[in-house]
This record gives sequence, structure tokens and C-alpha cells, in this order.
Amino acid sequence: MNIFEIKHATKVFNQVEVLKDISLTVSEGEVVSIIGPSGSGKTTLLRLATFLERMDGGTFSYMGEPAIVEKDGGYSYVSKHKIKQLQRYFGLAFQNYNLFPHFTVMKNITDAPIKVLKRNKEEVYEEAKALIKKMGLEGKEDAYPSQLSGGQCQRVAIARALAMKPKILFFDEPTSALDPEITQEVLKVIRELAAEKMTMVIVTHEMFFAKDVSDRIVFMDKGVIVDQGTPEELFNSENERTRAFLGQYYNM
Amino acid sequence: MSMQLILTKLLLGMGVSVQLFVLTLVFSLPLGLVFSFGRMSKNPIISNITKVYISIMRGTPLMLQLFVIYFGPYYWFGFTTSTGYRFVAAAIGFVMNYAAYFAEIYRGGIESIDKGNYEAAQVLGYTKVQTFFRIIFPQVIKRILPSITNEVITLIKDTSLAFVIGVSEMFTVAKAITSATKSVGAYVIAAIFYFVFNFIVAFIMGKLENKMGYFERESAE
Ligand SMILES: Nc1ncnc2c1ncn2[C@@H]1O[C@H](COP(=O)(O)OP(=O)(O)O)[C@@H](O)[C@H]1O
Ligand SMILES: [Mg+2]
Repeated sequence: MNIFEIKHATKVFNQVEVLKDISLTVSEGEVVSIIGPSGSGKTTLLRLATFLERMDGGTFSYMGEPAIVEKDGGYSYVSKHKIKQLQRYFGLAFQNYNLFPHFTVMKNITDAPIKVLKRNKEEVYEEAKALIKKMGLEGKEDAYPSQLSGGQCQRVAIARALAMKPKILFFDEPTSALDPEITQEVLKVIRELAAEKMTMVIVTHEMFFAKDVSDRIVFMDKGVIVDQGTPEELFNSENERTRAFLGQYYNM
Repeated sequence: MSMQLILTKLLLGMGVSVQLFVLTLVFSLPLGLVFSFGRMSKNPIISNITKVYISIMRGTPLMLQLFVIYFGPYYWFGFTTSTGYRFVAAAIGFVMNYAAYFAEIYRGGIESIDKGNYEAAQVLGYTKVQTFFRIIFPQVIKRILPSITNEVITLIKDTSLAFVIGVSEMFTVAKAITSATKSVGAYVIAAIFYFVFNFIVAFIMGKLENKMGYFERESAE
């Protein structure tokens, strides 16, 4: 089953087309990594998929439910109410975490399930405790984000997203702000999620991680998907641009 | 006039000052928030009207505003107002004036909050109202509390301006006692009262600021 599908997506900023006809399908349990040089439109693609930015062309859907429908010969977004429902299908881990600074770790994780999903408080707390354990954050329940390292913050952000029980989790360069050792602790939890068959789309610059965690790697450049395939296919690609991009990493 | 009588009169005056102080805060703090929304409104008519209002309130003397509110009904509409209106006029004037100052403080605070908070809240499905009151506003309060404290301290002293429209607050009383007793003793006592009032308020605000220090100003990184 397709969890997420985006077709012919375009996005224009100040008359510059930063996404040109992007199509991507993610099926259940699949881990897709998106790689590509800075400025190629990776963040913009995730922002379209998460309703943080409006598309200028194309359509997308979650679980077969469209976010954009044909209407009066054109395309338009579905109702606000319907968008709220679609929002429950995905979670997003931001590049700079965007934790709520005035909430403790526990509250960052439990507030939305309780206040947005109106779920039972005790149940949510039990689940949050399990998530905290899974993320290796035991003992940090009552800490504020300012008291945590970057790696811990990103793991809280991942737990906060998971607490909403999304069908798919998007990551925007989850480790780009982190030191190499701390990067590994975040990648470890993402690997564990992959092993549990969590559906994920991960924008990353960690090539070796992408290679061994992904079912499929998508290479984007200048607003288009240049190449994609299994890690083996991509790392042995004949495509000139793919080879040039990956070459930078091998020469390091 | 006996010392006891002087003290009693001054204390009654102080009671009026405190009432004015409390009423002003109770109404101008929420009203200021409403004005700050108006000022930040995407609707240009609303934002411009609020902008002009705020600049008039901040750009003209409070004393003059009190005169306009107190004498306005009579000169413009021919209403005769009762003496009770003095206090009401003073309260309205202070609320309108302080709300304008608070509006600008709120606006500065709201605009200083990292946009990432809104985006994270949106992705998690919070409504606009939840996002503001659960996520944004608590951070705003912490950030603006020092500026609010400044205004609150100023307000204590400003309440003496109600004297110009004959409200029998502490300064008005002190002045009356001084002319009756031909001695500045009442002024000295009034000064001590203002100072003590200030001290108490500063102490309470300091406690509040400490309480808000539970999380650091910026999130990590
Ligand atoms: N809000 C915006 N306004 C204007 N231009 C933007 C905005 N967001 C992104 N861009 C531009 O779109 C292009 C793609 O950016 P982005 O999606 O962030 O790329 P990536 O994440 O791959 O580095 C860049 O040229 C960037 O400058
Ligand atoms: Mg990016």
C-alpha cells in the first residue's frame, strides 16, 4: 500500500522554480533516503508534503486520500478540516528540532497526543515512557530542551513525532547540526525504527548511513530527481551527475 | 491636625491609588494583548487604526489624555458628570494609555519567538488558538516580564497624575493636608508610602521573573 504519493510537484520562489515536476511514491514499511547538494530542493519537498508550504503545481496524497483535488478545471487543496485529518498520517523531525523550549522532555512528547488527539493522559504517559526508553533518554524526563545536547534534542523531537503514531515519518537532515559522535546516537535510533518497518523519508548527507538503512535512495539536483534506485543501483549508477556527487564523498 | 488624622487621610488616599493601580493592570494587560493583535493584523485597516491609536497614546502626555476623558463629555456633548466620574475617567485614561504601551511590549515579544515553534505546532496538529496560548504566549510572558515590570513601576508613580482631575488619591490628599497644616510632612509621608508600594511591587515582580526562569531563554543550539 502507498503511504505517501506526490505527483508532478512544482514550487516557485520569487519566479525561480525550485522544484520541477517531482514525483515520488513511498509504500508501507519503505525507507527512502533523499540525497543531493545543498539548494537542490530537498527541504522544500518535505515542506510541501507536510503542508508547511503550498504547492504551485501537482498533487499529493496520504493513504490514497488526496490533499489536492481537481476543482473547476484547476487544482486546489482540500478543506482545512480534511487537511487536519491528513496531518495525522505524518510526522516531521526538523533539522533544528524545533522543540518547545518551555516544555520538559515529557511534556514535549505528551502534550500533542493529549491536547490535539484528546487521548487518555495515563495511556499517553505510559507510551511516552516507553518512547523515552527507546530513545535512550531515561532520566531526562523533567529536563528542558536548553539542558540537553543537540543529539538528545533530536531524539526528543523524534519521540515527539512518534507519539502521534504517524504512518510515515519525514526527517530533514536530522544530524546536520551535530558532532560526528553524537550523529551516531541519532542514526542508531533511526536504524532501529527502520528495523521495525517504520515508513520513513530521510533527507541526509550521511552517505554510508543512507546506503545501509534505505530501501531506496533518491538523488535530487536543481529541483529534479536525477536518479533513484536501491543503494546498490545508485552507488553503481552510470549517471554522470550521480557519480560526480557521490564521488565527493568517496574522495573524502 | 493630629498625626493620626493625617495618617488616616493619607492611607485612604493610598487606598484610592492602589485601586487605580489594580484596575489599570487588570484591564490594560488583556486589552494590550488585543491591541497587539490588532497592530499585527493582516487587515491593513485594523492594523493602521491600531497603529495610529498606539502612537497617539504614547505620543501625548497622559495628563492631557486624562483632561480629555474627564472634560470631554461636558464640552462635546453637554453631559454634566457627577464627582464619581472623576475616578472612572482616571481609570479609563490609565487603562487606554497603558494598554497602548503593553500592546507594543507584547508585539515585540510575540515577534521575537522563533518561527519554528509555529511550524512544529502546525505539524503536530495544534489549532491556531492552542498554538498561541500553549506554545507562544508562555514564552512571550517570560521574555517581556522585565519590560512589564518597568511599566508597572512607572504606573505606581503615574497614579499621582489623577490629581489633575481631582481624584482623591494619595498625592491629592497630601497636597490638601500640606496647605491646611502649612507643613511638608504629609509629602514626606506620601513619598515613603509610594516608595514602600514600589518596593512591594518590585519584590513581587522579581519573584515572578524568578519563577519564569525555569527554562532558558533560547532552546539548545
Ligand atoms: N522561503 C523561501 N523563499 C525563497 N526561496 C527559498 C525559500 N525556501 C527555499 N528557497 C530556495 O529554494 C531552493 C531550494 O532550497 P531547499 O529546499 O532548502 O534546498 P535543500 O534542502 O536541498 O538544501 C534554494 O535555492 C533556496 O534558496
Ligand atoms: Mg535543506
